[in-house]
Amino acid sequence: MNNHTNVNNDNKDNKIENLTSKLNKINILKKFSLLSKLSFKNARTNLVSSIKNLKRENRILEKTWEIVTLSRNENRPKTIEYINGIFEDFVELSGDRLCEDDKAIVGGFAKLGERSVAVIGHNKGKNIKERVEFNFGMPNPSGYRKAMRIMEIAQRFNFPLITFIDTPGANPAIEAEDHGQASAISHSIEFMLNLKIPVICIFIGEGGSGGALALAIGNHLVILENSTYSVISPEGCAAILWKDQKEVKKAAAMLKLTAIDLYKLGAVDKILREPKGGAQNSHEKMIHILKNYLKNILTEYDKYSGEELKELRMKKFESFGFFS
Amino acid sequence: MSIFVCNSCKKEIDEEQFLENLNVCPNCGKHYYLDSWSRIKTLTDENSFNEIGKEINSVDFLNFTDLKSYKLRLEEARQKSKVSEAIIVGSAKISGFDVGIGVMDFSFMGGSMGSVVGERIKRLADYVISKEIPLIIVCASGGARMQEGIISLMQMVKTVSAVKRVKEKGLLYLSIITDPTTGGVSASFATVADIIISEPGALFCFAGPRVVEQTIKKKLPEDFGLAERNLRNGQVDMILNRKDLKPTLAKLLGIFTKEDKSLIDK
Repeated sequence: MNNHTNVNNDNKDNKIENLTSKLNKINILKKFSLLSKLSFKNARTNLVSSIKNLKRENRILEKTWEIVTLSRNENRPKTIEYINGIFEDFVELSGDRLCEDDKAIVGGFAKLGERSVAVIGHNKGKNIKERVEFNFGMPNPSGYRKAMRIMEIAQRFNFPLITFIDTPGANPAIEAEDHGQASAISHSIEFMLNLKIPVICIFIGEGGSGGALALAIGNHLVILENSTYSVISPEGCAAILWKDQKEVKKAAAMLKLTAIDLYKLGAVDKILREPKGGAQNSHEKMIHILKNYLKNILTEYDKYSGEELKELRMKKFESFGFFS
Repeated sequence: MSIFVCNSCKKEIDEEQFLENLNVCPNCGKHYYLDSWSRIKTLTDENSFNEIGKEINSVDFLNFTDLKSYKLRLEEARQKSKVSEAIIVGSAKISGFDVGIGVMDFSFMGGSMGSVVGERIKRLADYVISKEIPLIIVCASGGARMQEGIISLMQMVKTVSAVKRVKEKGLLYLSIITDPTTGGVSASFATVADIIISEPGALFCFAGPRVVEQTIKKKLPEDFGLAERNLRNGQVDMILNRKDLKPTLAKLLGIFTKEDKSLIDK
């Protein structure tokens, strides 16, 4: 959640420096024939490959961190822009009918061409004022309960459901806990598993843990190239496992949270390429790409019955796991 | 005779008496950690437990290394704790009633949920469905197992889906919350049970107290996330002392198993 952590690169850079200076030393020794040919060759091969490995690791760390940063870029298109850009006639609903309206989740109904659809997403806000008002897209239990209300209506009218995922995580607050944050998330998961309509989930930025998962139980999971999805934030992971906030880059790389890593693990079904440099550079292009993809993929799900859609979804999620 | 000091009431406790009291302080009633095998012994009829899925084990499929490798952490956990993973599941009898039971163990990597916890719960669900018997899971977990990355997050859905199938078959699902139950476990199978029972003083929340305190930068109420507050807030059905768990389970099983099933079959 803290984007401005000092990042620790020193260790690795030092190691590379040390190895490089060793390599220089043995090169000098060789010049003066103080090393036998064979031991020089072995020593050099080892050093060169160690340096290469460290540099490769460094590149992965940097590349992953670049994606984490991009996924959080404040200028990326937000849920509400996608909704307004992709659909027509969007009508927003409010409130959980229990206690409040959570602005961190936005949802309602709209048209996509001829189709009526339900849309729900995390609401991050496009400027400081909105971000504060929407609590940075970190939902309270009431947000998930509002989402379930919308899903229930979608189910009754047989509308496909499209969700947009973009959150640092569920709101960690006393009131959120008192109102059953854990229960709201688990029930949203259960509710989505039960839906007899096509459910398409799109990761458009930050996919933060349980708070993201609660809206991400789809038949088809799409991720934009520079989005992430993770069991814990790199900051949280570094603090717990490394006991050092500065190790965020290592934590991010270890967590395998980039689109490509997630795809390889089977956690997402499709990666959509973003405009050059990232979605923030051309909202219009990104929205266009996503709109076309959505139209096509919804057509593909027309062939399934409601029961099939539910069964396929449950089977998909029950198949996750690696063990011996 | 060995003696230790209860960290709640600060009284000296005779260890033998403590063990006899199921790891509950005989003076103040504080409920301490109980390993899975002892828990199974206290809840189920003698020699009735048959383990399911003990042959499946965790693997380090991401080559995850923090200060230690996941591989090493697993080896250490297997040596240090009495269990093969963070959950033991199997069939058992409780006061004569057949049940499927899973018991988590906090001593195995903080009871964290990875692929094996998910798969064992799934197999337990399949078993209770095939036998048409109730499902009971005793929870204790710090959350999802970070060393399995996104796949550990997926176990939340996997377990909810598995217990959902149990519920859809008209079978009872009970969860018992023990200290602590947080994160990915609290936000998945623990909270979708038909009935949720908590031990006294058990921490049961999604975001842990440290995370919430750091975020809101305020001191938390003393009972944040604790059983008594959860009961007041409507998050659990009841708080039961450890010694009262088995008799209450027997009562519930008596109410729900036979009569309910005959109704559903009609």
